[in-house]
Amino acid sequence: MNVEFKAISKYFQDQTALENVNFHDDVSSLAIIGPSGGGKSTLLRIMGGLISPSHGELLVDGRQLRFDRKSLQAYHKKVGFVFQSNGLFEHMTALENVTLPLVQSLGMDRKEAVHIADSLFERFGLHDQRSKHPYQMSGGQQQRVSIARAVSVKPVLLLLDEPTSALDPEYTADVLDMLRELQKEGLKTMIVTHEMGFAKHACEKLLFLSHHTVVEYGYSNDVFKNPKTHELQSFLDLVLEWKV
Amino acid sequence: MKEDRFLTKGINPSKFHKISHIAIVVLVLVGFVWLSVHLIGLELDFGTLFQYRNRLWQGFLMTILISVGSLVVSLFIGLIAALGQEYKVLFLQYFCKTYVQIIRGTPLLVQIYFFYYIIGTAWGINNRYIAGIVILSLFEGAYIAEIIRGGIQSIDRQKYEIAISLGLTSYQTFRFVTFPLVLSRIIPALAGQFSSIIKDSSLLSVIAVIELTQTTQEISADNFRMFENYIFVGFLYFLLTFAVTTLSKKWEKRFHYERRI
Ligand SMILES: Nc1ncnc2c1ncn2[C@@H]1O[C@H](COP(=O)(O)OP(=O)(O)OP(=O)(O)O)[C@@H](O)[C@H]1O
Ligand SMILES: [Mg+2]
Repeated sequence: MNVEFKAISKYFQDQTALENVNFHDDVSSLAIIGPSGGGKSTLLRIMGGLISPSHGELLVDGRQLRFDRKSLQAYHKKVGFVFQSNGLFEHMTALENVTLPLVQSLGMDRKEAVHIADSLFERFGLHDQRSKHPYQMSGGQQQRVSIARAVSVKPVLLLLDEPTSALDPEYTADVLDMLRELQKEGLKTMIVTHEMGFAKHACEKLLFLSHHTVVEYGYSNDVFKNPKTHELQSFLDLVLEWKV
Repeated sequence: MKEDRFLTKGINPSKFHKISHIAIVVLVLVGFVWLSVHLIGLELDFGTLFQYRNRLWQGFLMTILISVGSLVVSLFIGLIAALGQEYKVLFLQYFCKTYVQIIRGTPLLVQIYFFYYIIGTAWGINNRYIAGIVILSLFEGAYIAEIIRGGIQSIDRQKYEIAISLGLTSYQTFRFVTFPLVLSRIIPALAGQFSSIIKDSSLLSVIAVIELTQTTQEISADNFRMFENYIFVGFLYFLLTFAVTTLSKKWEKRFHYERRI
């Protein structure tokens, strides 16, 4: 999927979240890293059509994205979003959460939707969670249901905002394994993450966002091996300090 | 984390334990009332109420009818006033805010007199029962508006972002997300408000709506047994509110989705 950010800025009242972000490339698997408050979530939410930029344009496959609810509705069928935590509706079971977009957005009949949901649950080891509400599941199970819901509509691109940062390590692996499998099937992904191992080995490209703008961008391997800026170097030193 | 020593969270008393302690509470209460009655040399005879059973039954039904009618109408008014306070047309916003402020800031008794004798007379509303339901609904609607507004505000922004990311329309978001979530969160407060409606309906006796309290006043003028009459009618009101509380506890359990923040 070809994505172009053209001079995008975003301000919340007097708070700057993004300042003149420019980016243009074909995205297959992109990791976004950077210090807290740098604007990663904001960038991803604009990409996901959840909030509109204050300035600038977003072009997807060469066409400008218009940020009104009607245009976005079509866009959301192609682009899924997974939140950091509490991404499921608490008043619905896992099954209801997954079938909701299938039935309501895609207009599928219920039986078919249930069938799709069940095969996803089966595949990701969630079949005994199907009738549970979110509060009855572990954080890792909730995240996997969230991902199952996001991919059930067969999006082209999946956006994930720190999907594992609220999880224990063993659940983190579960979620990342699931993602890896989906990537191999050709699902394009953009993920904000603190899992440097995943960013390095499972994502083709890497974008380092700091102080509200893009500081470095390139192939993950290269960027990790030869950071060009002092900023990225010290960020990596910091996050990798306690790695085994 | 250490459990709070004064809260019962996580403690599970046995059945015997529970029953014996309920018995203690009942014993203390009944004993206290019996002693008080004895001290002033009062002899209570509830037998005399039996001959008025038809009228009491009628009054009882009327109280239920007025309460249920007011509940329905006040839910409607409350919903409009809650949404109206957030609406972008300023005039409507101010209107709804003023309504809630004034109604919540004045006693029901004053409102009943004002609406019935001034507004009602001016606009030719003569039916006491309809007037009663409307006045009570206007009163309770202001409280329900605040309950609903609080419920809507308790929903975090991310829930709407999830709905958007799933491609739901505004209407679908309201129907499948906002409405059920708000409802599940405000059921306890709404049930409490319904109990208030039942009790507040007794004030409609001042405009001679023949509900439970008015019936009791009429019977008292007949048999001069104020104490028995009012104790009994209190018991009837309690039956109603107790039923509401019990039902709401059941619903609350059913619709309680623990939130992890
Ligand atoms: N809704 C909002 N209202 C006001 N300020 C906001 C809002 N959302 C984000 N910001 C601000 O914008 C800046 C960027 O926030 P953002 O959430 O994009 O950072 P982030 O890189 O995702 O950080 P983290 O790693 O902590 O999640 C921060 O300074 C933040 O305080
Ligand atoms: Mg973030």
